[in-house]
Amino acid sequence: MIDATLAVRDESLRAVRYAVWRFVLQRGSAAVLALCVVVHLATMIYAVRHALTAGAIVARMQASVAWPAFYTLFVVAVAIHAPLGLRTIVDEWLGLRGPVVDVLLACAALVLLGGGLYAVASLTA
Amino acid sequence: MTERERAGARGTLPVRIWRGGADGAFQQFDVPRRASQTVLDVVVHVQRHVDPSLAYRYACRVGMCGSCAMTVNGKARWTCRTHVDAVVAGGMLEIAPLSHLPIVRDLVVDMAPFFDKWAAAKGQFTPTATRRDPFAKVAPASPARRAIDATIECIGCGVCYASCDVVGWKPDYLGPAALNRAWTLVNDVRDGAGVTRLRAIATDGGCQCCHTQQSCTRSCPKHLSPTASIAGLKRLVAHAAMKGTL
Repeated sequence: MIDATLAVRDESLRAVRYAVWRFVLQRGSAAVLALCVVVHLATMIYAVRHALTAGAIVARMQASVAWPAFYTLFVVAVAIHAPLGLRTIVDEWLGLRGPVVDVLLACAALVLLGGGLYAVASLTA
Repeated sequence: MTERERAGARGTLPVRIWRGGADGAFQQFDVPRRASQTVLDVVVHVQRHVDPSLAYRYACRVGMCGSCAMTVNGKARWTCRTHVDAVVAGGMLEIAPLSHLPIVRDLVVDMAPFFDKWAAAKGQFTPTATRRDPFAKVAPASPARRAIDATIECIGCGVCYASCDVVGWKPDYLGPAALNRAWTLVNDVRDGAGVTRLRAIATDGGCQCCHTQQSCTRSCPKHLSPTASIAGLKRLVAHAAMKGTL
């Protein structure tokens, strides 16, 4: 019953590498996100405590290279991490997998990436 | 029940036992309660004195063979070493077959999918030497040998497999026992399967599927940590992928 899905001879090497790279990318992006979330929260607390206005925050974003770079990294990590996690949820909870699911999740990644980069660009332009 | 058995009894214990196949139901029995009574003792009593048609599996009765695992009050356990006192809830026991495996009848499950996954994870030793070669010298204190010490006592009871949520959600996941076995062999300096085994345990249902919830580690009657073994395999396949050697 399970031989067809389990036997390594039936699983191409490409599929194995794809599975491992998904894992590496999800764990790597999680590590980046852990750092980004801490920095982002600290920034928010700083902004609230120092009563920074939206205008002051945007001005600081525009005057810096580091902040746009930081938030670009944040957006890229989210765009990698979220669809990979969603893929696992869809697989385990709904039993859905295959190329169609992968294409839909790649589209989700592009939406997150596009929306995030647009937001960063809007604040820095 | 003999006079001697009746004399040792301390009241009765209501026990609900699964009967039939997947579409079966629980049947209640009243079993004489005794000191130091194990769950397996309860099942044996029912089969020998109440209903001889009850199907279940056991062999050694001393925690070595791994054949008597069942679901006791909702948790997978080895029944021969589980005292009723330790698991009784609300004054009663509920005994069912192991989860995530096809039920054959009553408390017997088909272990074939479980062991098929051991084979799929390349759980067999692949020798690199012949009988004419000298014995391999493995230092007992070496890190690889110590890693094996932490995993080798697995008795293949299936308790970890039945306790793993990921196995339930993703039926082609290899599961904690098969991956623990693979980790044992990965650390065996005499084994030659190398990258072949790594590829076998890095498939879509491989070690990366583990969510590190540690249900396997918590439930293992031998106090092993399949979670740690799987973490080791994850590190290994990730490094191999990044080095381009997978």
